Amino acid sequence: MSTKLVPTPGQTVGPFYGYALPFEKDNELLAPGSPGSIRLQGTVYDGAGHTIPDAILEIWQPDAEGNIVQRTGSLVRDGYTFTGWGRGAVGNSGVFTFTTVNPGPTKPGAAPFISVALFARGLTNRLFTRIYLPEDTEALANDPLLSSLDPERRRTLIGRRDPDGGLTWDIRLQGEGETVFLDFQ
Amino acid sequence: MPEDITAELESEELVPPAEPKAAHQPLDKAIESQADLSAEINAIGEAYQRALKDGGQPETQPRLDYAPYRSSILRHPTKSLQHADPETIELYSPAFGHQDVHALESDLTIQHNGEPLGERIIVSGKVLDGDGRPVAGQLVEIWQANSSGRYIHKRDQHPAPIDPNFTGIGRCITGPDGSYRFTTIKPGAYPWKNHLNAWRPAHIHFSLFGTEFTQRIITQMYFPGDQLFPLDPIYQTIVDQDARDRLVATYDHSLTEPEWALGYNWDIVLTGPKRTWTENEAYGDAGDEE
Repeated sequence: MSTKLVPTPGQTVGPFYGYALPFEKDNELLAPGSPGSIRLQGTVYDGAGHTIPDAILEIWQPDAEGNIVQRTGSLVRDGYTFTGWGRGAVGNSGVFTFTTVNPGPTKPGAAPFISVALFARGLTNRLFTRIYLPEDTEALANDPLLSSLDPERRRTLIGRRDPDGGLTWDIRLQGEGETVFLDFQ
Repeated sequence: MPEDITAELESEELVPPAEPKAAHQPLDKAIESQADLSAEINAIGEAYQRALKDGGQPETQPRLDYAPYRSSILRHPTKSLQHADPETIELYSPAFGHQDVHALESDLTIQHNGEPLGERIIVSGKVLDGDGRPVAGQLVEIWQANSSGRYIHKRDQHPAPIDPNFTGIGRCITGPDGSYRFTTIKPGAYPWKNHLNAWRPAHIHFSLFGTEFTQRIITQMYFPGDQLFPLDPIYQTIVDQDARDRLVATYDHSLTEPEWALGYNWDIVLTGPKRTWTENEAYGDAGDEE
């Protein structure tokens, strides 16, 4: 067993990431309106139930067939290559949007999900969470993470299907309906 | 990366140069003082020292719940983080390459027509995983204030001058040995409104990816010997001194270039990895289409 190095601590993203982290088409994993594309949207709330205007999210997901993509080009999108990764800052009303695809299951029977990293002013370190697709209830019931949670908490990780086929999934940092955040260590 | 800083500076996204006097509006009278905040910071620090003495484990990451950083009060989860074994997608990282980042983006002093003001510095180091292996071919992003402590951001109202020759954004892709290197200007300290007379120590924001998404981190690099460390509620969100020290660069004369720039070294260690590591990742060329 080798000795592990101690990881460098995180720090808050602070208030001034807005001219640095966003880039053109950062939240468009594929072009809006292209076949198979959906809108993923949600709102970020603090412990008082107020929306947060200074949070930024990243999503990372398999493609619609469940393949994990290892293609470069996220920062300079060519309009055709699906890289699986995107970044989206919330607007003044705390709402984020992405254009993406429904992720496929990465192995037969697995519940498809989108991995999320969340950063915000006032958040001292990034938080990880997941957005599961709501449809495959059997896969959701068998998912190791979801089945370890009580139903109230489990719900915070499952997106709602919109009438237009999109997904809505909100983040509550604190208090009632607090989103489940993950520790992988 | 804005291609034309003049247009960028003129856009309404950005504040005009500060009016010198708008400057020093005193904050609300009832506002808390540094002494109030320092008392809180010190009480938390002493409690941590006692816990260590009683056999507690050293903490290595910032506390999510750290009240002296006032903005965190309503923004930290109150339930403990749920342990999860990373699955599938989480065991991989998005791929970046030279298609994404131009080599010149690592020099923050050449983005405009003239030289930025301030002390030119080189910041260099390695990105490693928890096993000490280099994180090769990965994206590093930085952003920072200019030499007078001003960010090019609409919400920064600090009445210090904007430098038309300095945006304060850089990117690079790590080399095969996990190395990165930026040429920039030493950022100034800047005031913020956590409490009366709150000043952030000079720092550079760093955004890092590993070989797995679970290693994703955003942090801040500080400069050695900053007198503001004990007073700063953000630096102090990390209660362990050894852990804080991991955010402080080292002055390195071997990185200093004669008649040109002072050198600082800072290595970053990511968590993990959890996935079985494969040989070709050592070269960082997977997916790099250059």
